[in-house]
Amino acid sequence: MYKILKKKTLAENIIMFEVKAPMVAKSAKPGQFVIVRIDEKGERIPLTICDYDKDLGTVTIVFQVVGASTKKMSKLSEGEFLLDFAGPLGNPSQFVSLNTDELKKKKFLFVAGGVGTAPVYPQVKYLREKGIDCDVVIGTRNKDLVILKDEIEALRCGLYICTDDGSLGFKGRVTDFMKKLFDEGNSYDEVVAIGPMIMMKFVCLLTKEYNIKTTVSLNSIMVDGTGMCGACRVTVGGQTKFTCTDGPEFDGHLVDFDEAINRQNMFKDEEVRRLHHSRECSCF
Amino acid sequence: MEVLSMERVPVRELDAKERIKSFNEVCLGYSEEEAIKEASRCLNCKSANCVKKCPVGIDIPKFIDHIKKGEFKEAAEVIFMYNNLPSICGRVCPQEIQCEGGCVLKNKGQAVAIGKLERFVGDYVLENNLDVVKRKPMNGKKVAVVGSGPAGLSCASTLATLGYQVTIYEALHEAGGVLVYGIPEFRLPKEKIVKREIENLIKLGVQIKTNVIVGRTVTINQLMDEMGYDAIFIGTGAGLPKFMGIKGENANGVFSANEFLTRANLMRAFLDEYDTPLKIGKKVAVVGGGNVAMDAARTAVRLGAEVHIIYRRTEEEMPARLEEIHHAKEEGVIFDVLTNPVEILKDDKGWVKGMVLRKMELKDADETGRRTPVEIEGSDYTEEFDTVIMAIGTVPNPIITYTTNEIKINNRKCIIVEEETGETTMEGVYAGGDAVTGAATVILAMEAGKKAAYAIHKKCHPGEM
Repeated sequence: MYKILKKKTLAENIIMFEVKAPMVAKSAKPGQFVIVRIDEKGERIPLTICDYDKDLGTVTIVFQVVGASTKKMSKLSEGEFLLDFAGPLGNPSQFVSLNTDELKKKKFLFVAGGVGTAPVYPQVKYLREKGIDCDVVIGTRNKDLVILKDEIEALRCGLYICTDDGSLGFKGRVTDFMKKLFDEGNSYDEVVAIGPMIMMKFVCLLTKEYNIKTTVSLNSIMVDGTGMCGACRVTVGGQTKFTCTDGPEFDGHLVDFDEAINRQNMFKDEEVRRLHHSRECSCF
Repeated sequence: MEVLSMERVPVRELDAKERIKSFNEVCLGYSEEEAIKEASRCLNCKSANCVKKCPVGIDIPKFIDHIKKGEFKEAAEVIFMYNNLPSICGRVCPQEIQCEGGCVLKNKGQAVAIGKLERFVGDYVLENNLDVVKRKPMNGKKVAVVGSGPAGLSCASTLATLGYQVTIYEALHEAGGVLVYGIPEFRLPKEKIVKREIENLIKLGVQIKTNVIVGRTVTINQLMDEMGYDAIFIGTGAGLPKFMGIKGENANGVFSANEFLTRANLMRAFLDEYDTPLKIGKKVAVVGGGNVAMDAARTAVRLGAEVHIIYRRTEEEMPARLEEIHHAKEEGVIFDVLTNPVEILKDDKGWVKGMVLRKMELKDADETGRRTPVEIEGSDYTEEFDTVIMAIGTVPNPIITYTTNEIKINNRKCIIVEEETGETTMEGVYAGGDAVTGAATVILAMEAGKKAAYAIHKKCHPGEM
């Protein structure tokens, strides 16, 4: 059992839990994720790690309420427990294996879509603690959905916000803003994009034009998260890869996004059905 | 004296028409009277062949003799000297090629139903909460066991009875490995059997820590250096599914058997009150001819589909147990043999709509003695399916060996060990089961776990062996 020490609503339907999980906290690195199961009848859900504290033995996760399980999870309070919390899973971000001198030669642009800001945060934090130059672009529908703004600002990197309705920062999509950044002469060695599949797809189409190496973190459907089932398989450079063990980060220019988007929707009908007939529902 | 019956006492089973409506166990097992009757067929051979063919060498005539006399607890005490999981082994061992294959009665009629008798004794222990294990006092040594499948469970239980403090680390949320995620409920009940046999290990003092992925959560080196284990046993199995690499294989509705079975068994997706979804259509193709293919096919039948086994050789070459093939057929599974998929067809929404299949013929045997299937040119045809399950084998998971360079693997990704002891190329670290051999059987994994346990004991206490 894993205790929820802190709960905070970051935006409508976006919730943060700080969970006591000392073994996970001790080994966690940027780019990795955990698998959570709420209760005995629950499913296993992959969630990216947003922060971790090795000394306190805590791991922070951020999730968006999109289906029956995340809805159920959003109803848990501080002091309550998650039944299972397994991790850290997946490979750490590729830059974790580089030494500081090598990193100092690079400039990174992070592009975060919505709740994708949560996994971007530990990566930027890791790099900024080593004094590496980073810019961050956050894209959301409107200003109320921007999360972790203060935390990222505190890392003292370039931070730009794009909203679809222009209620904060640049009005338009992240790709429109990126184009502007590139055309104004900003140059980057690498783009890291994390967000909805469709956003990552369009970021990759743009950076391909500008010939900038782009890393994406895929959020495929998973079951075990340890490589034993292949539910999370994706085609990368023409080869089948398992997101949970070969990723979750891949070279975005090699990912077959259309297939990945299709596979992500595999259980959409069931998901909708369950959301309307979830266990706490009193309609039958 | 009663005349020896050549026919075994039949075991009661649920009727095929009834059983496909639920996940209830198909085989009902022997009653006390039936067990005694079947036990009395045993000739109590002096140099018993059945014992030689049991991978863990259970003294079979001795335990059967106790059953004959109605001494079920005594029968259990004999079995537990060799095997701590008889309810599981009695159900899933391929007895026809092991113990029962060595029974002398086989030459004149049917072999003694050793597996069903072992199962009877195991279930008797569970039902009556008997404590039949003899264990040595604690010796102060600590061993970590990685993986709670058959190899890990058998290694842990052997070490515990020898007086070791044993901790099992398991990546999933439930212990049992393939016993809980792979083998379906209708062959091996989870709550009634697997959970309770594992609880008996906990009573022996074995600790089980779930949600720990060794190689990620903690490394082998950390277990050794920081956590102070005297030895480690790796029993992580061969859980990485193979795919065919054909066009359309990543279409929606194409599952590995591992995914399909994990959703159904471990996550109980067939029960409405559980949250994990599982979607299958009206017509399902299962590609493969092993036990996993039969398990997937029979599970799909219970979810209401018309199910086809697609296999490139003939029924004779199928690696699945005869009993499983027989049960699958009784339950209405259709066997399309000498057939191989060459492409999976998708509809405009990216879902499976069918397969292009190619007919095969068998040519001469290869070096392993199996006849080689060869494609018949121009024989392609298309058949509609809405779900495809790939059950064409698995290979060992590389998470540990990626993160621990000291442990060497061969070109099949299997961990290299010393034959005699099971010790890997890293001192003090042992391995066994499918992680070493590639996908094999439950009992062979248990044998390897037990062998490594004795090797660890020999190293820690050289004087005692």
